[in-house]
Amino acid sequence: MAGEQNLQSKNRRTLLMLSAITLGMFGFGFAMVPLYCFLCQITGVQSVQQRTQTTASTVAANQSVSDRWVTVKFDSTVHPDLPWNFQAQERKLRVRLGEVNEMDFIAENRSSSEILGQAIPSVVPWQANAFFNKMECFCFRQQSLKGLESKHMPLRFSVSPDLPNDISSLTISYNFMRLDMNNEKPFTVVAK
Amino acid sequence: MSTATLAPANDHEHHGPPRGMRRWLMSTNHKDIGTMYLIFALVMLFLGGASAMLIRAELFMPGLQLLEPDLYNNLVTNHALIMIFGAVMPAAAGLANWMIPLMIGAPDMALPRMNNLSFWILPAAATMLMLSFVVPFFPGGGSQINTGWTLYPPLSLQVGMSMDFLIFAIHLLGISSVLASINIIVTIFNMRAPGMNLMQMPIFVWTWLVTAFLLILVVPVLAGGVTMLLFDRHFGTSFFNAAGGGDPVLFQHLFWFFGHPEVYVLILPSFGVLASIIPTFARKPLFGYKSLVGSMIAIMFIGMVVWAHHQYTIGMSLAAVSYFMIGTIIISIPVGLMVFNYIATMWRGSMTFETPMLFAVAILLMFSFGGLTGIMLAVVPADMQYHDSMFVVAHFHYVLLPGAVFGLFAGVFYWLPKWTGNMYDERLAKIFFWINVIGFNLTFFPQHFLGLAGMPRRIIDYNIMFTEFNMVSSVGAMIFGLSHLLLLYIIIKTIRGGKPASARVWEGANGLEWELPSPPPFHSWTTAPQIK
Ligand code: HEM
Ligand SMILES: [Cu+2]
Repeated sequence: MAGEQNLQSKNRRTLLMLSAITLGMFGFGFAMVPLYCFLCQITGVQSVQQRTQTTASTVAANQSVSDRWVTVKFDSTVHPDLPWNFQAQERKLRVRLGEVNEMDFIAENRSSSEILGQAIPSVVPWQANAFFNKMECFCFRQQSLKGLESKHMPLRFSVSPDLPNDISSLTISYNFMRLDMNNEKPFTVVAK
Repeated sequence: MSTATLAPANDHEHHGPPRGMRRWLMSTNHKDIGTMYLIFALVMLFLGGASAMLIRAELFMPGLQLLEPDLYNNLVTNHALIMIFGAVMPAAAGLANWMIPLMIGAPDMALPRMNNLSFWILPAAATMLMLSFVVPFFPGGGSQINTGWTLYPPLSLQVGMSMDFLIFAIHLLGISSVLASINIIVTIFNMRAPGMNLMQMPIFVWTWLVTAFLLILVVPVLAGGVTMLLFDRHFGTSFFNAAGGGDPVLFQHLFWFFGHPEVYVLILPSFGVLASIIPTFARKPLFGYKSLVGSMIAIMFIGMVVWAHHQYTIGMSLAAVSYFMIGTIIISIPVGLMVFNYIATMWRGSMTFETPMLFAVAILLMFSFGGLTGIMLAVVPADMQYHDSMFVVAHFHYVLLPGAVFGLFAGVFYWLPKWTGNMYDERLAKIFFWINVIGFNLTFFPQHFLGLAGMPRRIIDYNIMFTEFNMVSSVGAMIFGLSHLLLLYIIIKTIRGGKPASARVWEGANGLEWELPSPPPFHSWTTAPQIK
């Protein structure tokens, strides 16, 4: 039956074409990973990688003190793998643009063993990112805390007078991550 | 794919169905597979419904009565996944299996053995899904899946091993629906009766063609996303794990790239059912065939590029949110066009209101209402308020229940006499319709007010000022949920007997499926019909 043969090979061709689309879309899902980083870069949204590499050198040129005030809020999160407490001394601060201010954070190791961590900063709204200058920050370096040790971690910052006018309040948020997860040392949490 | 899946479309050796379990386990017959899909979907409807009724029972009063917070959220997760992947999609696939070959004059689906496979993956997937719910109750089973159906990291990276069961369940469900979609496309492209071109196909066939394409375009992306979740959980990668430099928001993009087109996957087949029902009971030809086809294709393309309206609050740039807002609002134009075409079909028709038509009219009214709340949500500054509130819950239930589920009910009533050869009990069916629709509105209408007043979704407890509306909603949910027992009874009663149905069943029905006797023979259209 020539007709049936014909239909079968036609069906097989369509089947192959559709399977190719399916596999292609599966690949597209994974292609979204670099694509997404790339899009964030060109639109100015900083990735976590870039944020960790920010150093004091990004301080903007305009350093005159203006009389505009904004509220800076301090937020902190600790990754569940890291048995630390970590918090700013104050929830928020009213600051003048251009003025250099300091805020003290306190980190405390709840476990009995030494652990390495690093804080990753981010600024909300992200449009304020370029105007928030960290002169000195514990997040520039890896931090190590001995068992049950607690430490003051200072942040020295200023907000540039070029901050867009529609922003009256911004949040600097730190997420403390554990770094030595791979050579995983067992630890016991001894404090609360 | 091996050549074994490409068996000839029908077997000329035997003429009746094989006996016993073999008939079902090894079936390659589109009617039997369609029936199995529909039965599977009905079972899942009851499971998903039971979890919903537990949720509503808990929300009857403020405070914690029946459930723990994590269990509550696990029920929310399970309810959504069962309803979407277990009930609506398989039911629509069941209709496709039954009706597409009958409607286009084909002897069977193009790839009958693959058809068997795509069905039989489903029970395995459903078992996995159930296990993901059950496992945390056992010692060492880990924590419950408290993420909701969206499975956002970081939470989904921290959940215990039940998440792995769920990820595998999603893989299986995805494979099943991709296989079914491929089969449907091949059937529609290659198996039409000679002389039937694409623009002569019934709209139901068109809706499934578009749906199947959407599925093979977006389901693989979801599969990729959950695969990355699995890798982050077990193999030390950091796609989404911020501690390793990944970005959790990326998962949201992958999820909604699938998630938004998925809502069209859910409604389009039901809209196809309406395109069969409304002309039958208005006794007029369908209005605007070409614009219906055009709308669907527009929905398919635009629907794939508006996903981030689910993520307005993640801090995108003004340009990005504006784009997604405008795109989202634009997509309501082809959706609205489909609704208007159906209304125009009814205009000045000589309408009668048998149960399928009652559902059709109710669907148009209630779905349009859900579309309106959708436009409210599409507006960025408004959505900043409404996001993650009960208002969103009300929105998507108004589009999904009428748009998808009621459309399937309507289709079942419309074609049940064709499938079984018996008329259903019209009086009982009308009673079911009214209880069902009133129960539905009682359940979900008050949730709009709750959301606008600030009640968040996915939280077990609420402020006492929300009590009254929640009580109304919970009572509605019990009425709505229990009404489906009546549906079950009507279906069983029809299968077991009833007034014999004629071939045409409905006086105004048109299309190839009505030229066959009711019920159609086991092998139908073994010689292709003549298309005039
Ligand atoms: C006029 C058309 C529509 C518009 C403009 C629209 C808009 C939206 C928007 C903006 C949201 C996000 C709300 C938020 O999370 O803050 C949303 C949520 C949702 N919509 Fe629609 N929608 C439309 C039609 C539909 C249809 C037809 C369906 C399904 C059949 C649907 C199903 C859903 C679902 C399931 C969600 C919630 C998903 C979740 O967060 O779990 N929508 N809609
Ligand atoms: Cu959407």
